[in-house]
This record gives sequence, C-alpha cells and structure tokens, in this order.
Amino acid sequence: MSQLRDWTLVDVIIIGGGIHGCSTALHLCLAGLKPVLIEKDYAGRHASGVNAGGVRQLARDVAEIPLSIRSMGIWENIADLVDDDCGFESHGQVLVAENEAELADFRARVADLNARGFTHEELIDGAELRRLVPAVAESCPGGVVSRRDGAAQPARTTAAFRRKAEQLGAIIHEGVPATNIRKDGKLWRVDVGSERYAAPALVNAAGAWAGHISAELYEGVAVETIAPMLMITSPVPHFIDPVVILRGRKLSFKQFKNGTVLIGGGHLATPYKELNETVLDWRKLAESARTVFELFAVMRSATIVRAWAGIEARMPDDIPVFGPSAVHEGLYHQFGFSAHGFQLGPGAGAVMAELIAHGGTQTPIGGLNISRFSKPTPSATA
Amino acid sequence: MSAVPKHENYDVVVIGAGPAGLAAAEMTAGFALSTLLLDENAGPGGQVWRAINSTPVKSEALLGSDYWSGAEIAKAARDSGAEIIHRATVWSLDRNLEIGVSVGGGSAFIKAKRVIIATGAQERPFPIPGWTLPGVMTAGAAQTMLKSSGLVPDCPTVLAGQGPLLWLLAAQILRLGGRIDHILDTTPRANYIAALPHAFAFFTSPYFGKGLAMMREVRAKVRVTSGVTELAASGNGKLESVTYVAGGKRETLPAELLLLHQGVVPNVNLAMAAGVEHRWNELQLCWTPVLDAFGNSSIAGIAIAGDGAGIGGAQAAVWRGRAAAGSAIKAARSNAKVSDVSPQLRRAERGRAFLDVLFQPAKQFRIPQGDTIVCRCEEITAKDVLDSVAIGATGPNQLKAYRRTGMGPCQGRLCGLTVTELMAEARGKTPQEIGYYRLRAPVKPIMLSELASLPKNDEATKAVVRG
Amino acid sequence: MTIHVEGHPITAREGDTVSAALLASGLDVRRATAVSGAKRLPYCMMGVCFDCLVTIDGVGNRQGCLVPVAEGMQIDIQKGKREIGK
Repeated sequence: MSQLRDWTLVDVIIIGGGIHGCSTALHLCLAGLKPVLIEKDYAGRHASGVNAGGVRQLARDVAEIPLSIRSMGIWENIADLVDDDCGFESHGQVLVAENEAELADFRARVADLNARGFTHEELIDGAELRRLVPAVAESCPGGVVSRRDGAAQPARTTAAFRRKAEQLGAIIHEGVPATNIRKDGKLWRVDVGSERYAAPALVNAAGAWAGHISAELYEGVAVETIAPMLMITSPVPHFIDPVVILRGRKLSFKQFKNGTVLIGGGHLATPYKELNETVLDWRKLAESARTVFELFAVMRSATIVRAWAGIEARMPDDIPVFGPSAVHEGLYHQFGFSAHGFQLGPGAGAVMAELIAHGGTQTPIGGLNISRFSKPTPSATA
Repeated sequence: MSAVPKHENYDVVVIGAGPAGLAAAEMTAGFALSTLLLDENAGPGGQVWRAINSTPVKSEALLGSDYWSGAEIAKAARDSGAEIIHRATVWSLDRNLEIGVSVGGGSAFIKAKRVIIATGAQERPFPIPGWTLPGVMTAGAAQTMLKSSGLVPDCPTVLAGQGPLLWLLAAQILRLGGRIDHILDTTPRANYIAALPHAFAFFTSPYFGKGLAMMREVRAKVRVTSGVTELAASGNGKLESVTYVAGGKRETLPAELLLLHQGVVPNVNLAMAAGVEHRWNELQLCWTPVLDAFGNSSIAGIAIAGDGAGIGGAQAAVWRGRAAAGSAIKAARSNAKVSDVSPQLRRAERGRAFLDVLFQPAKQFRIPQGDTIVCRCEEITAKDVLDSVAIGATGPNQLKAYRRTGMGPCQGRLCGLTVTELMAEARGKTPQEIGYYRLRAPVKPIMLSELASLPKNDEATKAVVRG
Repeated sequence: MTIHVEGHPITAREGDTVSAALLASGLDVRRATAVSGAKRLPYCMMGVCFDCLVTIDGVGNRQGCLVPVAEGMQIDIQKGKREIGK
C-alpha cells in the first residue's frame, strides 16, 4: 500500500483541459471543492481552442437543449464568471433554408420544440432572412433564427476558464499526462509525472482521448476521433452579423469584428491523434468554398489565409456522454460532444459541479447518460 | 501563360528553384526520374541568383562572379528534362506527399514519391522602433530591386545591421552608382572574440578573401560606424530619420531609405506545415529541421536542401541539393551509381561556424521592448506580448488567443522568431521549450474562388490536370 | 509598357514586378493596413512580409512583389480592409 504522505488528497481529479474540464474545475472551486486538472498538452490545445466559436442553442438535439439553455444564461454574463468577455457577441444564429422542402422541415421542427416548451428557435420568412443576412442568395426562402445565440473566441474562452479556475484554487497540471488511473477503495488515484493525486471523484473530460480512459475503467463506449476543419479569410468589410449555418450542405459562416470570415461546417480532416496532428482534406474544404461562393457573392474574391482542424470525440448518436458512470461510484463522464460542445462548456461545468457537490441537478440531463449505450464492454472503443 | 503541371504523379517534386532546387532537379531528372520543379518567382535563381536569366544588369563585374555562376546551374536544370514551372505557389504539402499548387490563378493537386523542399531562407526579422515605416526595407529587398530591375537608391540612404550580405549589397549598390550615406554596423564587439576559435576554418574558406575585399571596397566610399548598440527609425507616415547609439553616443541621421539586415534564417513555413520536426538552433538562433546527412526529414519522403536546412550559403546549397537528389535516386533505383558528395559539401560548409558566431545578432536587435512592433500584420508590440504572458499566455500558440500574433497574412514569418525569444526570456525558458507557431496550410493565402473552382473529385482533378 | 495606378498611367519595364514598378513610379503608393490604417510600403520584396499587398485587375490582396507587370494592368492601392465583391 502507498504511504498516504506520498499522495496529494483533493476533492476531484479532472482529466482533460478543454473548455469542459476547465469549466468544471472553475465551478467546483465555486462550490468550495478542491480540484486538480490534468492536461497532457495545454489547456485548449485541441478542439476547445480551435473550434468555430459558435455559441449556439439553434438546431440542437432535444436531449441537450436544457444543458444548452443553462449554458446560454452563463454566456450572457460570462465576464462576471471569468473576468473576460471571451469575445462573446450575441448577433443570433441563423439556419438558412436553401429550398422550400428544407423550410417545411424547419417549420415542423420549430412546432415540435414549441410543443415541448422550448421557444428559442423562431421560424423566419425570406424577408426577415434577408434583413438578418442581407448578403444571402435570393433563392433561399427563409430559415430559423435563435436570436440570443452568437459566437465567442474559443482559445481565449478556454484560457479564461483555466485562469479563473487556477485563481480560485484549482491545481492545474499541463504538459504531463495522467497515468495509472485506478480506484483504490473509495479513492481514485492518478499519477502525473512524479506527483500522485487521490480524490473521491474523477471526471473524464478528455475529449478524443476520453474513450481510452473509459475503456481502461471497464466502461468502454464507441468514441470516434474526428477533426472538423475550419478556414479563415483575410479581413473584408463588415457585411454580416449573425452566424449562418446550413443543414443540407455542410457550412457554417461567421464574420468577426476584425473583418475576418470563418468558414466551417463539419467537413473532416484525418486526425493523427498520437501525433497531435491532422491532415486537411482540401477537396472537402473546396466544397465549403463552393457553397460560400454560391450563397454569398460578396465573398468571391476573398482570400483564405489559414485552415486547420481540431481533434475531438464523436459519439455514434452525435450527442455527448454526460453524467455519472453506470459502473463506478465517483466517476463522472463529460466527453463526446461531437463537434458542438463549446457552447455547452460553461453550463456543463456548472451542472457537473452540482452533480459532484450535491449529488444531483435541476437541469435535465438524463438523455446524455452513458447507460444509453448497451452493455459496456472493455473492448468497445475506437 | 504559366503551364499547369503535366501529370498528377511525379517521382520527385522539388519546391524552389534556387541553388539547391536547381541542382537537385537537374540531378534527379538526369537519372530519368520524372521531376517537377515548382518555383514562386518569375524565373530561376532564388534570392542569391535572382533574375539570373533576365537581369538588366549585364556586366559581369557589377554583380560578381558568384552571381553569374548561377547561370550555368540554371541552364543545366533547364536542359535536364525536369519540368520547371515558375510563378507556381505551393500552398499545401502534407505528410502523404500531396501538394497543392497554384499556377496562373488555378490550383491543382499533385502527388510525389519524394519531395525536396528547397525554399531557402528569408531575412531575420529586425524589430527596431519604426521598422514598419514606409522607407524601411530589408537589404534583400534592395538587392531584389537591383538584380531584377536595375534599381538602386538615389535618396539619402542608411544601411544598418551586419553580416556578409550587408557588405555584398553595399558593394553592388555602389558599383551600380547607387547612393549610401552611412553604414551602421551592429556586429557586437564581443562576437569578434567569440568567433576567434573558428577563424582558422574561415580563413581557409572561399569566403574569406572575397569578403575582406568587399568590405575594403565599401569602406573606401562610405562612412561606416561600428559598434552600434541601438537603432530606431522615425518619421511621420514615412521614414525621415535614423537614430543610433555607438560608443555610448546618440546620433540622428536624416534618411529616406533605411535598409536593414541581420542575417538570414530558414524559411520554415512549408516544412513545418507538412509536419517536419524542427529544433531550436542555439548557434544560428532560429529553427532548423532535424535531418540526416542527405537532408531527409522526420517525414518519410520529404527532404530539405539549401538554406532551409540551416543557413549554409549558396555553394553548400548546391551540394545539399545534390545530396538530397542522390538519396531520392537511390530510393527509386537501388542500383543507381550516385557519387558521394559529402566531401564537397563539407568543403562548402567550412567557415560557416565563424560567420555564425561573428554575426550572431545582439539580443537587443532580436528581442525588442516596449512599443516596438513585433507582429507587423496585426500590429502587436513587445509590451502587448509581455502583458499577455503576465496573464497566462505560455507560448506562441496560446498567444494567438490573446493577440492574434502570427495569424495575419505573413503567418508568423516576420514575428515568429521574435515571439519565441521574447516569450522564452519573459518566462525564463529556452526557445526550444517555448516552441513555435503551429503552421498550417495554406502557407500562402489562396483566393476563395480558386479553392471553389478546384475540380470536385479525383477523376475530375485528373481530367483538368491532364488538360 | 504602361500600367495604371489608381487610374493614372505609369511606365513600367518588362521584367519588373508590380511592387518594383510602383516604387520606381515616384507616386505615393503607400497602402493602409487593415488593422489600424497605418501606412506601409513593401518591406522584403521576396514574398515573405505581405506588406506589398495590392489589388491587381480587381483582385485584392495580391503579393505585388511576386507578380510581373503586364501591359494595361490596373493597380489599386489598398486602403484598410479591402472592399470585396467588386
């Protein structure tokens, strides 16, 4: 048995320094607990630092809408929480219908949401669409808007959560992986280089690497590693306020205050997870460029300055694994956000802290539990 | 006007038609490997032999014999059977050896079995107060205009900095009747002593005699101030004066043109974006790729030759190009008889250590302070960087989130080294520990319309590339 | 040959790059940066610094130091964030 004096006893061990791990660390501190956060690279190195920055309630799976709404309330006062506005701007997000058939689907979706008591999505006609997005092609008949939505700067946001968590007493380890994760009686034990931590609670917020951890702990689920690509243009004069997304073709589109335009939408690069690298698929980026070209004539002579992809985890049903383990007491999962976890970060951290500190939460998250995947087996990982 | 590549697959693609690239392409084509040489400029030569086929300066003596030696190698490459495309911008290269290249406003993808990156060097950033003012240029810029267009300064001109190229440029400008009012030599006095142990190799190298003669030629015509420890450009919307400190005395010179030079550093963007491992070079104070004796990098199939492999000069570049070519030939034809060029390469590299130590730029000219701009694209100052470090930015990639440094069109080429050294100093770490920007394709911006008009799938790509 | 800078004809020499022709023209060819509007001229003339960005024949953000002049070329100096969709 290890000598207790070799171990630093804390309240919670968090693995993963993305927006989720950092937010959970921060909210645990606010709840009076002492967390240690362990990040193998640095906070925000992967998806959390390099995503599109969309702060979006729009077009989400019903199972994660309560978490998204909870998060939105935090986003709107984000500076109160982390002492940095995170570049958050609320100009709405617009889902553009490219044809009447899409618009009909959107109409049904909004009616369904209203019936469930969710009112953040609002159907708009062609006139309102063109008022919100003047540059959009004439052929688009309408869409859906979520007016409180917006965008923030992802790396700045993750850095702000990390910084505030540390200020409030979280121990942050960067550049060293968590190893030898194991349960010993009531305590989780983890090695970080030459240091050792023990805690009654462990949060698995390791993004693309979370599948390995859950598998090691005999709660394996099929986590796919993905790397959504983004590209950004040189600055162009202001021509659009809201974030624009499409459903039929993969595209999201956002102009920042400095004039640069971010083009994303979910086309994937090839991830090389062990190298921390991705290889971009330019033929797919060309598809995004073509879509932009067709929908926004004003962008036709813009230049692409940079393109990149962030490595993250995707679940088979495209919604996250969030909540207590189905196998171990004191283990909590917070991963698999499937390319739309950035907006959820602030709220998910708050809810996770409630789960750990109080054993429950008022925010409905039942649909996100790991138990939805049948019969966990040790080998079922990607 | 510019032809697109004729094929979609090549045995060897060489990127850059300077000394290394020309020599490499000539050699692989000579062994009948299908070879494509892509170059961004209008003609062959790179920087050292810029405009070798087109310069309006025809006199042998004016540009020097080292310059004209390039003509022969350029001709050999042209006659070798290699396919050579100029004004071709390689904007992407990945670890699968797929290359995105833009020619004449259209882009194509090509695949190579081997890639030799010969993208050479760029001038080291020289971040002094006022270095963004119109009228402040690099010495290389002046040399480009001289070689390509026969243009030389005719206004009040100050040349400041250090290194062999500074003196070469001065000599070339003067021979062409250009104006230089004052040379401010920033070589730190301590370097002369530090370089002594390497002096013997240098005295026996081909550079020594030429270099000395050139400095003598220039000193006879221009006022030279040595031991300059501070330098600043000022003016309202354009350069009006240059202030310097030498021997503790501050002086101000009127000037309309200030040419800056403190050596050259490898152009790392393409290699780094492909994922090639680089390490901090303590002697040359820059990032150099990790290579074997033939220039092969950490990525299978990608070699780096020329100054991009670490600054070695034009002669070494030629031999490094041949070494990389030999390795590519051996890989394709194991029974090919390729001669060992390592003795020639060693000879060409002799004396380099002396130059590296003697002309290692002083700290104050690499690591600026206060309001001096570090990132020209996003207009970020040294103080901005240090403020960000104080609130948690730990390295160049994290700094992007605070200040957008390196995210403008030059993609860190003119701030990367400065940011690494500045942050390393502020955080008490080594540059190696601090690291560099993660670089990404496109390494040169491309038009959205050009990307949009890429053929939709592989089949269509082939059809267009063949056309 | 003749090229046009902001509509003014200037004489350029075959083999010159756009940036070299602009600098030799004697005109005020300073661009204004997209960030602060600060005045700039080409700095490196070898494709590195991007301070030579110009609009050539209606296409913006071209590296003037890498593009050879051609008869009748229309050059516009960029002032701040380039106008798009021209």
